[in-house]
Amino acid sequence: MKTILDTGCHIVAQAAKSAKVDFVSAYPITPQTSVVEEIASMVQRGEIDCRFLPVEGEHSAMAACVAAAATGARTFTATSSQGLLYMHEVLHMASGCRFPIVMANVNRGVFAPWTIWVDHQDSLSQRDTGWLQYYCASLQEVFDTIIQAYKVAEQIKIPIMVNLDGFVLSHCVMAVQIPDQEIIDRFLPTVEPAWRFDPQNPTSYVSVTGPDLYEGFRTSLHQDQLKALDLMVQAAREYQELTGLYHGDLLDLYRCDDANTFVFAMGSMAEELKLSVDILREEGIKIGLIRLRVFRPFPKEAISKVLPEDATVVVLDRNFAFGHEGGILFSELKDALFTRRDNVRLLNQIMGIGGIDLTYQYMAEQVKNLLGL
Amino acid sequence: MATSIKDLPRDEVVMKGHGACAGCPSTLALRIAGKAFGPNAVCVMTPSCTVASLGLIPKAAYDYPILNVCFATAGSSASGIVYAYESLYKKGKLTGEMPTVFTWIGDGGTYDIGLQAISAAAERNDNYIFICYNNEAYSNTGVQRSGATPKFAATTTTPQGKMEDKKNMPLLMLDHQIPYLATASLAYPTDFYDKLVKAKNTRGFKYIEVFAPCCTGWKFPSSDMIRISRMAVTSGAWLLYEAENGKIKFNGPTAKIMEGKVELSPLEDYFSCQGRFASINRAANKEEIIAEAKNKILADIEFMKKRAAF
Repeated sequence: MKTILDTGCHIVAQAAKSAKVDFVSAYPITPQTSVVEEIASMVQRGEIDCRFLPVEGEHSAMAACVAAAATGARTFTATSSQGLLYMHEVLHMASGCRFPIVMANVNRGVFAPWTIWVDHQDSLSQRDTGWLQYYCASLQEVFDTIIQAYKVAEQIKIPIMVNLDGFVLSHCVMAVQIPDQEIIDRFLPTVEPAWRFDPQNPTSYVSVTGPDLYEGFRTSLHQDQLKALDLMVQAAREYQELTGLYHGDLLDLYRCDDANTFVFAMGSMAEELKLSVDILREEGIKIGLIRLRVFRPFPKEAISKVLPEDATVVVLDRNFAFGHEGGILFSELKDALFTRRDNVRLLNQIMGIGGIDLTYQYMAEQVKNLLGL
Repeated sequence: MATSIKDLPRDEVVMKGHGACAGCPSTLALRIAGKAFGPNAVCVMTPSCTVASLGLIPKAAYDYPILNVCFATAGSSASGIVYAYESLYKKGKLTGEMPTVFTWIGDGGTYDIGLQAISAAAERNDNYIFICYNNEAYSNTGVQRSGATPKFAATTTTPQGKMEDKKNMPLLMLDHQIPYLATASLAYPTDFYDKLVKAKNTRGFKYIEVFAPCCTGWKFPSSDMIRISRMAVTSGAWLLYEAENGKIKFNGPTAKIMEGKVELSPLEDYFSCQGRFASINRAANKEEIIAEAKNKILADIEFMKKRAAF
């Protein structure tokens, strides 16, 4: 194990290198740009044995990744915001093909108006593309999650998006422990793809299907999504055993044991919220933090298990669910808890849109206001 | 010596019982491509007539590994396959001879929605063969205008005839400075075959566009497909040429036209046998329209002569 000090974008590139990817295709976009620069440089310097395809846009980047994955190559890409939106059509194709592509998405608000700063509208708008989604709160977690994502994606044959907040994480420098390659190789063996585009097997791959076949393909994708939860837990545990590094399974719980009030959030703001929780605890509020690591599949049971009867949950959303009340996390959580017969109370606030800085003091104040304290 | 039709391999990649229209040019062209590329090849297709008529699961009628991709992504998908193969063969994860990679894309997926990704792949000189079968319309969705539809041709979105000229896609690709480019016609199948073989044996980005008269879209009897293919060339409406490293060489009747050895066949004949040009025949200013179309052809020929000499 060695410790390196670098930016979030470079740590993403380092994770792709450690995962020994065969193929990368990406297009630069702020604030993901230096991921592309770093991977391209690593390839040119011969530090990573892979082919880098410098495409002319993100739609092509994802198309190239899907086609590369069809040959059986371990495939990586990274994007952000408009780039992710531009990929949308091909994201559906990637999951429909059951290709274990891993993509880092540097969260950034979406146009219009233009912004380059963080919120979660870009990735949450891809909720129903059939991709699994992780959200990270530190650079160590970014590295570890990309490695874990390959493990899970290749087991369940579904692509995974690993999200990190623009600038707050992508441009922040932190110390990150990089496990020995031998350990990573043991954690992440090469797995045969679900299927391969094979000259020896001449047929029409991913072609038109009638209603009789189509529904079956889509249903199996849906069912396997839900199965991914167990694999994600296993991956986090196994990685911990091998490296000692751990950020929670599906959730990262902070001071939740005796709590009756909870804040619920994801991304870097959730890490900052740990300090808010400390302040509120000092004021006598029995509060804990549930940081969501995995947004898709939504870990409904894991969350419900944490919440006692009559718990109050303050959901802090860095996004909008337009045309519906509150944010997307709020909607998701309400839906997840609908079948509980007790009186769990849910409160919601949208904050930090377009990069508004979320300090622990500010968030502590907002939580208190919501609680009527 | 030129290849004879008898020299073509007997292998067939398009099987019997498919759903293409009688006289479908794309199907015949794909058969010839299969003969030229042999079994160690893979193909990328975007939504098109070929997919709809030959590629439906589980009744796919081609004996070829074909990856279906999103409409705008032929250029980048084929690049993805090539780069991934290069990586996997280098690492020893795949062994043997690397397959030939080619695309089979209509003019919609080439001239219009797919142009950006094709241009980028050509600029990178990625090692595959881009084949466009140009039936001068979006035939699969019921014959709407495309960037390849010629002026005056009726489609379902230009019922009175298209008002604009088509773009010159082969010339656009030539100016990407690619190592090999060719246009082809099904009336000259061995010329098409030889060009496919040449492309297979050339490294880098290759562009081949085969002219594909669509009896359904252009409204002529299915038995006339080859005849109309030939008339397009002899009338100058479709020019046959190839360019190795940018050096243009005209082929077949086009070479003779360029040398001034033969006259152009009457454009009226080419127009009058296609229902899509029926409005010309009915027009009061019919002669004016034909003169305009003919002048455009003559101007294109003059331009290409100078371009070839450049």
